[in-house]
Amino acid sequence: MAENPALPAARAPSPLAALLRHARHVVGENPVTAMAFGLFFLLLLCALLGPWIAPHDPLASDTARALAPPSLSNPFGTDHLGRDILSRVIVATRLDLGIAICSVALVFVLGGLAGVAAGFFGGWTDRIVGRIADTIMAFPLFVLAMGIVAALGNTVTNIVIATAIVNFPLYARIARAEAAVRREAGYVQAARLTGNGEWRVLLGTILPNILPIMAVQMSLTMGYAILNAAGLSFIGLGIRPPMPEWGIMVAEGAAYIVSGEWWVALFPGLALMLAVFTFNLLGDGLRDIVDPQRRS
Amino acid sequence: MLRTVLSRLGTALPSLAGVVVITFLLTRVLPGDPALYFAGPVASPEAIAAIRAQLGLDQPLWTQFAGYVAALFRGDLGTSLTTGRPVVEDIAARLPASAELTLLGLFIAVGIAVPLGILAALRQGSWIDHLCRLVTTAGVSLPVFFTGLLAVYVFYYLLGWSPAPLGRLDSFLSEPPARTGFLLIDSLLAGDTEVFRAALGQILLPALTLGIFALAPLARMTRAAMLAALSAEFIRTARANGLGGRTIVFAYAFRNAMLPVLTTLGMVFSFLLGANVLVEKVFAWPGIGSYAVEALIASDFAPVQGFVLTMAILYILLNLAIDLLYGLIDPRMRKVA
Amino acid sequence: MDSNTVPLLDVRDLTVEFATRRGTVRAVKRVNLSIARGETLGVVGESGSGKSVTSYAVMRILERTGRIAEGSIAFSGVPLRELPEREMRDLRGREISMIFQNPRAALNPIRPVGQQIADVLRRHGQATRANARAKAIAALEQVRIARAAERHDAYPFELSGGMCQRVVIALALACRPRLLIADEPTTGLDVTTQKAVMDLVTELTRERGMSTLLITHDLGLASAYCDRVAVMQQGEVVENADAIAIFRAPTHAYTRRLMRATPRPGAGLRDLLPEGAAPAPLPAPDPRAGEPLLEVEGLVKEYPRTGLGGWLARLAGRAPEAPFRAVDGISFRVNRGESVGLVGESGCGKSTTSMMLMRLLDPTAGRIRFAGQEIGAMPTRGFAASPLRPRIQMVFQDPTDSLNPRLTASRAIADPILRMGRERGAALQARVEELADLVGLPRILLHRFPHQLSGGQKARIGIARAIALNPDLVILDEPTAALDVSVQAVVLNLLQDLKLRLGMSYLFVSHDLHVVRLLCDRVIVMRQGKVVEEGSSQQVLENPRADYTRELIAAIPHPPV
Repeated sequence: MAENPALPAARAPSPLAALLRHARHVVGENPVTAMAFGLFFLLLLCALLGPWIAPHDPLASDTARALAPPSLSNPFGTDHLGRDILSRVIVATRLDLGIAICSVALVFVLGGLAGVAAGFFGGWTDRIVGRIADTIMAFPLFVLAMGIVAALGNTVTNIVIATAIVNFPLYARIARAEAAVRREAGYVQAARLTGNGEWRVLLGTILPNILPIMAVQMSLTMGYAILNAAGLSFIGLGIRPPMPEWGIMVAEGAAYIVSGEWWVALFPGLALMLAVFTFNLLGDGLRDIVDPQRRS
Repeated sequence: MLRTVLSRLGTALPSLAGVVVITFLLTRVLPGDPALYFAGPVASPEAIAAIRAQLGLDQPLWTQFAGYVAALFRGDLGTSLTTGRPVVEDIAARLPASAELTLLGLFIAVGIAVPLGILAALRQGSWIDHLCRLVTTAGVSLPVFFTGLLAVYVFYYLLGWSPAPLGRLDSFLSEPPARTGFLLIDSLLAGDTEVFRAALGQILLPALTLGIFALAPLARMTRAAMLAALSAEFIRTARANGLGGRTIVFAYAFRNAMLPVLTTLGMVFSFLLGANVLVEKVFAWPGIGSYAVEALIASDFAPVQGFVLTMAILYILLNLAIDLLYGLIDPRMRKVA
Repeated sequence: MDSNTVPLLDVRDLTVEFATRRGTVRAVKRVNLSIARGETLGVVGESGSGKSVTSYAVMRILERTGRIAEGSIAFSGVPLRELPEREMRDLRGREISMIFQNPRAALNPIRPVGQQIADVLRRHGQATRANARAKAIAALEQVRIARAAERHDAYPFELSGGMCQRVVIALALACRPRLLIADEPTTGLDVTTQKAVMDLVTELTRERGMSTLLITHDLGLASAYCDRVAVMQQGEVVENADAIAIFRAPTHAYTRRLMRATPRPGAGLRDLLPEGAAPAPLPAPDPRAGEPLLEVEGLVKEYPRTGLGGWLARLAGRAPEAPFRAVDGISFRVNRGESVGLVGESGCGKSTTSMMLMRLLDPTAGRIRFAGQEIGAMPTRGFAASPLRPRIQMVFQDPTDSLNPRLTASRAIADPILRMGRERGAALQARVEELADLVGLPRILLHRFPHQLSGGQKARIGIARAIALNPDLVILDEPTAALDVSVQAVVLNLLQDLKLRLGMSYLFVSHDLHVVRLLCDRVIVMRQGKVVEEGSSQQVLENPRADYTRELIAAIPHPPV
């Protein structure tokens, strides 16, 4: 057996396959996580195929049918311009998720790299990154986002940038802490002894060990990013009507709540809630997959 | 003790400086013509030029910054185009409304979240634990403006228990003489129970909305911190020495669990001050949040800038208070300072 | 029955189960133990033997998932298993109390230590609000804490580990209980502190006529302090006898194996292995042996005092404190083919020294010459690319911490070859397998990840990685500190075989003179950054010159031979 060249380590199951197996185990054991994955795929479907799924044109107004309550032809009712709310809710998914995904991806790269560098190199890198993060953290985050969008200009891109900026300290701090813990870990010292330069140790040894933790964080902050963007558009920043977006639709419906037309605000609000809920559950589930010891 | 306070104040100074620099940068260095922002959308070219000269935008950046800081020290945040009054005055007049709402929301949140988190940790797996999990998951997922609207629909439109969501006090009632600026306290000081009841009716829904929002992170952290503290080795020692349930839960576990909860409180304040803006819009609350939103819609930038700065300074002061409290509980922090 | 014949504690058929995600696990299986009045019983076993769980079951402080499934526990005739929790609580601390390992964590970090003692006194009605302080101070004085009145208001973080353990003992003995359970009371403490703590416990319990249940992994400790010893293996008591008898004539095979594996005076490296395990024949020693390989001269490492204190001092115009000297001008050398032990207690600077020799840390002053070349002045960052890098390697203290959790065993062993070696593809594969064979790691384990391997297996991977490039010098940083004694015996023998076969030199960093003696030709004893003694292993152990070395040797408990 010892001489058999077919046996050796090359046949090892890849880490990815092991992770997938573990993921299937966690999902199978935890129906809530399975549900979160189901909801996530539903949202993804709406985001990708929204315009084709929607039963009506989300922009077509019909003042004759304004503020019609939910019915068979308009399951979510119509708004003050007679537009179909169901169609608008579906089509809005792409924009809301798009903003959240773009901003989280942006901060994942920037905050993650800055934090890892700060934790690993220490010294002035650490001081500069820490000072930037502290300064951002000195503001109430939503208020800072308001200020940034107001100053940069009222566009969707600026909502993405503002959401990324206010999330920067969180990512930078987590990445910094994880990198700092590992900087002196035995296996990192061992990697140095095997002739890896500092950069190679950082990219080849430390980063792969931090990425899963950061991925969980990404899912958890997706929910916050969605809320942040919707909050900004609720107060009239970023997205201009008639573009369908959940936050602005709730804002439009707010005026009709006091007169009893609840459906105008309720359905986009529910969609928003469902999306945030999905990402929060998904984050908890991912945490279980990545680190089975840290179950909440 | 005084030394501790002073050294904490020292650590807050860099944050304060950072905030001043950022608010300055937000108006001067970013793309577009700041004069246009400050002049508003309908200003004539002459007015824009006048504002540019008035703001010193034709001068080098350093001079502009020095002027900005000097104005700040004079308490000058510019003039609002919409109200025509100095921004400082507007904010000072509206701050008590926001503060009253935010603080009441916080008290509601802490009053529910901390006992709930403790009970959930003590009775792990019981119905109260499940309730805690439900509340925290739902609370994190609910957009605060949506909760507010739902509350208005149910308690005002359907049940009629609550007054119309239009500000702090019914316009038929006259405000009590202002002492603290908090209507609830001022009306009690004036002995006017009718106004007190009316003001309470108005503030209850928005404060509850804020409270539900802030509750989730606090309850979650209280539960986690209590669980961590209860499984700590020193709790095992206390149990092995026969200490009773109450001593262990309160004197040993809870005091230790309070430390991470206090840290979370800082984050919760950040959320609350932001959520305050949204809730004020939903309930037409005459605070600084709705002031800023009105100014935003009118592209009136000076009030927005003043608002951001005020919020940041308030937040720094709140964090300072939390730090001091932390030092009171944790002897290790006292020694470091 | 006569109270003298009833044992103070009588445990019958105790079975403890834990509910885990993989079903019920029996941690303790039908254990019988009894302790007479005034007797000290040692419960000895390796990790996972169920010895601590047994004591938690007696105190009924098992964690939520654990429960007593079967058996009875009688304390001076009172059945504890059936006792209501309220009465059990009265018993704990007053009749039976407990001390733990890791004393600092065993104390409430944010409550003054005296107050914690007062809590216990008042709980059991032994003090009132008015006299609690005085009684707490008296309790601290009894455990020989100097300036007890002052220490009453101290917090655990302000006290040393040994001092914290004294407070924990004061806490346990404050209400004069009849039984003391000591769960690994000296693990994590320095050897000299260990001895002081154990002597104190013995003296106080004897003085009060108390019984003691001492739980430990250390046979030497049990033999030195116990009347009777019970040996546990996988949840069962396999042998229970008089302490002298169990060491003179162990009857159970597991006890014999444990006994053999424990380092003790007079026993050589091979004596630690189980009977009948034939050691491999050894090749001839390296012909170049005797030439100097590593020469260290006046090595110094200073750390500036950091923190707000220094900053404030500078602000106030006071001179900053002198930097802390972790290593204070040490000189020594290691010859080719030689093993040198670097021994000292925690904080003596031995780990800092090894980090500097490894070129992972820059020295403040001094010279390090390796194979005739000055390497102390080469900056650590550039040393990764130096041709000398593969020639100095290291085996780390914690085998788990030293393996990248994302790399398989074979990838971990191949890592240095991929960076600095020549073999690739099939040749690399062959080399990894050869190394696995050398360190006795079964080849089928090569594709596993660290979390799928045992501590001993992980230690073997760490060794294979260190010798992959045929280094001249390997620094062993407490390579067996995290391992059970039986595994330690095997790993130490493996290291010795590898050294002779490959002609390497070792610098063995450890706190344990008895372990170092087994492997090393010469020993250097360090204290507070300085070398206090240097000599051949035999001379240092049998005829120490420095007082500190004598103290160190006397502090290590060992079984009678």
